[in-house]
Amino acid sequence: MSKIKLPSIGAIYIFLICAVLYAPIILLIIFSFNNGTSLVFPLKGFTLQWYQKLGENAEMLSAVQNSFLIGFGSSLLATILGTMGAIAIARFNLPGRGLFLAVSTMPLVIPYVILGVSLLILFKEVGIPLSAFSAGLAHVIISIPYAMLIVSSRLVGFPNNLEEAAMDLGASYWEALLRVTLPIISPALLAAFLLCFTMSFDEFAIASFLVGTDTTLPVYMYSQLRFPTRLPMVIAMAAIIMTLTMSSMLISEWLRRSGQPPTRK
Amino acid sequence: MENRSRFTTLIMPPAIYLFLLFLLPLGVMLVFSFRAGTTGAAHNIFTLNNYRAFLENSSFQRLLWRSAGISFTISIISIILAYPIAYYLAFRAGVNKSILMTLIIVPTWTSYLLRIFAWKLMLGSTGVLNSILLSTGIIEQASPILIYSRTAVVVTLIYVWVPFVMLPIFSSLERIDRNLLEAAADLGCASWESFLRVTLPLSMPGVVAGFFFAFIPTLGEFVTPLLVGGAQGSMYGNLIQDQFMRALNWPMGSVMSLAMLAVVFILMFLLTRLGPLSELLEL
Repeated sequence: MSKIKLPSIGAIYIFLICAVLYAPIILLIIFSFNNGTSLVFPLKGFTLQWYQKLGENAEMLSAVQNSFLIGFGSSLLATILGTMGAIAIARFNLPGRGLFLAVSTMPLVIPYVILGVSLLILFKEVGIPLSAFSAGLAHVIISIPYAMLIVSSRLVGFPNNLEEAAMDLGASYWEALLRVTLPIISPALLAAFLLCFTMSFDEFAIASFLVGTDTTLPVYMYSQLRFPTRLPMVIAMAAIIMTLTMSSMLISEWLRRSGQPPTRK
Repeated sequence: MENRSRFTTLIMPPAIYLFLLFLLPLGVMLVFSFRAGTTGAAHNIFTLNNYRAFLENSSFQRLLWRSAGISFTISIISIILAYPIAYYLAFRAGVNKSILMTLIIVPTWTSYLLRIFAWKLMLGSTGVLNSILLSTGIIEQASPILIYSRTAVVVTLIYVWVPFVMLPIFSSLERIDRNLLEAAADLGCASWESFLRVTLPLSMPGVVAGFFFAFIPTLGEFVTPLLVGGAQGSMYGNLIQDQFMRALNWPMGSVMSLAMLAVVFILMFLLTRLGPLSELLEL
C-alpha cells in the first residue's frame, strides 16, 4: 500500500526473469553477426555475410515458401471455420452447443505428437500422400480453438441488436451476418488469422510427421541443427523471421485490444 | 425453428472438419493399435499382442511415468516462478502493466526450435555458462555438466513455459474483486493472511489452467530431449516418435499414444473435479 518508488523485490524479480528470457535470444542474434562458423566465444568480429548468403540458399528459401503456403492456407481455413463455430456458440444456445464446444477445444489438451501420428495413420490408411497440403490440414485442427476463442470473446462483447436492426430493415439473416456482424468483428478476425499463422509457421512436431518431402522452415532448421557450420545462416534467417513475427504479433495484439470493449474493473 | 437451421448451417462445416481430421484419426489410431503389423498381410490381422507387449514391457511404463513426473516437475516449478510475475503485473505494475506484459511475451515469438537450441549453446561444454565459470575461476576445466541430461530438459522447458503459465494466472488475478481484499484488510487480515485466504484461493482456476498449459505439451515433447537431453534425458514422446519414424512399428506406437492420452485424460478428470472445466479453460 506504500507509494514510495524504490525498486521493490517484485520489480527486481521481473527484471531478473526478463534477463533470463532474453539472454538466449540475444545470444543467437550476436552469433548471427559473428564472423566465424562455430558458435563459441570469443567472437571473431562483425560480419553481414550470413544475411547476404541467405538469398543463395535455395533449399531454405523453398522451405520458407512452404511454411508461408501452409501458414496462409491453414490460418485462412481455421479463421473461417473458427468464426462459424464462434458465431454458433456465442449467438445460439441450442442442443449440440456443449458437445461442439467440448470437441472443438479438445485439440488444446492433446499433445501434438499424438495429433501428428494419428493423422499420419489416417492419411496412410486413406491413401492421401504426405505433403505441405496434409500438414496444412493438420494445422487447421490446432488453430480452430484459438480462432474460435478470439472471435467468440469479441462477439460476446457486442450484443446482437445490430443484427436484429439490420433484419428489421429487410436484410436476411445471412446478409446481416456478412454486412453487419463481420465488419464489426473484423479486427478479431485479423487477430485470429495472424495468431494462427504464427503458430503454424513455427510448428515443428506435427509438421515433422506429415510434410513428406515438402520441408517447412522448422523442419529444415531441425535438419540443419546437426551441421554446426551451417548454423549461422539458419540463425540469420531466424532473426529475420523473428522480426517479422514480432511485428505481426504486435499488430495482432493491438487489433485484439482495439476491437475489445472496455474491460470491467 | 429458424434459429435451429441457422445454428446447424453455421456449426456443420467446422463440426465436419473436426470430425474428419480430429476425431476420425483418433478412432483410426485406436483400430490400428489392434493390428499385427504396419503393412502387408499382418496389417489385416487383429490381435491384442501389442497391448500385451506394452503391459509386459515395464521399461515403456517406467518411461511414461518418468516423463509424466518430469512434466509434473516442469509445470510445478513454472507455476512457482510465474505466479510472482503474474501477481506483480496484476497488483503492482500499475501503468506499466501492458508494457511489462508485452516484454515477457515477446521472447515466446522467437522460433521454438532455436530457443531450445540457444539453451544447448548456453549449457554445452563450450557454452556460455562454462565460459563464465571458467573465466571467473569457479571451475578449472570446461564441463558439460548440464547438457545431455534430464536436468537440461527440465531447465530448458521451464524457460519455454513460464511465460505461457503466467498468462492464465494473471487473468484469474485480474478478475479478483479488489473490494474483497479491502474488506479482508478492514477486518484485520494481515497482508500475507489475505493473500493466503483470499487471493490464492481465488486464483486457483488460473493456476490449474497454467498447469495444463505446461503439462500437456511437455508430456508429448520429443524435440527438446533430442536437442539437449541426450540418452539420459529421453522422454516418452521420443519412444512414440521412434515407433513411427524409425522402428516403423505403428501399431505399437498407437498403443503407446493411447496410453499417453489415458494419462492426460485421467489427470484432466482429477483436476477438473476442482472446478468447472469452462472456468479452467477461461472460456
